[in-house]
Amino acid sequence: MSFVNSAVTAAVANAERRQKNALAGVYSGRSRVVLQRGFFALRTSNLVAVATGFLEPLFFLLAFGFGLGALVGGITDGSGKEVTFAAYIAPALLATSAMNGAIFDSTWNVYFKMHFAKLYESMLATSLGPLDVALGEIAWALVRGAMYAISFMFIMWPLGLIPSWWGLLAIPGAVLIAFGFSSVGMAVTSYLKSFHQMNYVNFFMLPMFLFSGTFYPLSVYPEWLQALIQAMPLWHAIQLERAFTLGTIGPELFGHILYFAVMIVVGLVFTTKRLTALFMR
Amino acid sequence: MIKATDLTKSYGDFIAVDGINFEIRRGESFGLLGPNGAGKSTTMKMIASVSQRTSGGLEILGLDPNKRGPEIRAHLGVVPQQDNLDRELTVSENLYVYGRYFGLSRKFLKTKVQDLLEFAQLADKAKSKSEELSGGMKRRLTIARALVNEPEIFMLDEPTTGLDPQARHILWDRLFRLKEQGVTLVITTHYMDEAEQLCDRLIVMDKGKIMAEGSPAELIRSYSSREVLEVRFGSSKNAEVAEQIRGLGDRIEVLPDRILVYAEDGEAELAKIHKLGLEPLTSLVRRSSLEDVFLRLTGRTLVE
Repeated sequence: MSFVNSAVTAAVANAERRQKNALAGVYSGRSRVVLQRGFFALRTSNLVAVATGFLEPLFFLLAFGFGLGALVGGITDGSGKEVTFAAYIAPALLATSAMNGAIFDSTWNVYFKMHFAKLYESMLATSLGPLDVALGEIAWALVRGAMYAISFMFIMWPLGLIPSWWGLLAIPGAVLIAFGFSSVGMAVTSYLKSFHQMNYVNFFMLPMFLFSGTFYPLSVYPEWLQALIQAMPLWHAIQLERAFTLGTIGPELFGHILYFAVMIVVGLVFTTKRLTALFMR
Repeated sequence: MIKATDLTKSYGDFIAVDGINFEIRRGESFGLLGPNGAGKSTTMKMIASVSQRTSGGLEILGLDPNKRGPEIRAHLGVVPQQDNLDRELTVSENLYVYGRYFGLSRKFLKTKVQDLLEFAQLADKAKSKSEELSGGMKRRLTIARALVNEPEIFMLDEPTTGLDPQARHILWDRLFRLKEQGVTLVITTHYMDEAEQLCDRLIVMDKGKIMAEGSPAELIRSYSSREVLEVRFGSSKNAEVAEQIRGLGDRIEVLPDRILVYAEDGEAELAKIHKLGLEPLTSLVRRSSLEDVFLRLTGRTLVE
């Protein structure tokens, strides 16, 4: 009992210190326990569904990178360097796998937890705030995206598809990408009202995957289309990862990083707002 | 402990809670009684600090829930109307993870989870998935889960709705034990027997307003007679017979399926009915309950 008392007293003291903070009503600084819940739940989840997210980009790499790549030969990247086709598309598939993992978890899984499992409702009955829940769930989607990306790198590396030591930065890169996509993904999901609307997400994702400079440089498109694609998040993700694995580092990378930083913040703000509106009205 | 002054909640044009005043003292067992849509659950949500009031004042443990939500919720245990257990976790993980949400340490939770499993009589189900439990077990687990942070205020929204009588009695027993330990209970229900069993004091709500306040016995004393005679003459004849027996007892109430005669002595009233040459199909004398109080206050029955 005395232990609880001291634990509760400490928690209250902590909360009181934060009270001056504008976030006191929505954040208790404990998003990591929401993340921990994700690891617990993973044990009982369907491992086939988990594995698909990893296998998909691998199949693309085998079919296009090595199959089609044998016919295509080399390709010239943005800086004029000649690389094999497989090495060209591998970082794009890496970025895509980070995106897929993050999006899958932050859309389908979040929608289910929000509307059927009533998970967030029970979380918000505790001393967690909506921002804790948003951050924790986004972090969980991020972990999933990052795990896909990292395991994909373990395949790329022995195949010689990461020619530069800068390639190590592709790991934090993948984390950043997964963070951005899961943040925006969860925000979008929180506004959806039916499973049916979830199809719009897929409708948007597939063309983005195919046309964002994944398999060939953007220079094949007319200028207006190039501009459109350059506004899409996956293009920035692919540019970032490709620059890291091929070692073509330049100042433009800051632009890509900034793009994702904005995605993260915007997604968090809207998710927190929406969770508050949905469960704390 | 909890103090509401002119507490109001509206959703758009709809006023769910309409300027209510009440106070709940430490260690007390307080009930909110009323039919569906009376504003009980909305009031509960505001006390649980997950719903912002529209106007008026609300103070919980001396704090304002609109501003200090997480801090207040650290001291609350909330059992929602519908079980919302984590289906992806096992029984013991449900307790453990919920405790983590409150920021409780792993070490503390290790023993706490065991205690709660005992309390909920679920020790042998610890490793089962929560989905596989029966309705009564799920309810007990939800209640045990809400106790993980050793709350000062324990709130239950319709705790026994949908449970069989045996499961209800197990639950009541558990709630009595908590009350003995000095936990403040706040309970909503539309079962009168439950309110009479569990609540020291209660408010009767209807259409967002408080109709009456007091202990179950006080309410029955001030709004009803000691006994009630229920007679049935068949649904087609009830209204006709009612005219003949008007004037019997303190008061009579005609429902579609039966006539209620409120009186000090129910048997005596029944004898008078027989004397009038009327033969009810069935008759029953019982003590007055909160149901009668509610009927008197609103002209409607609680469970419709």
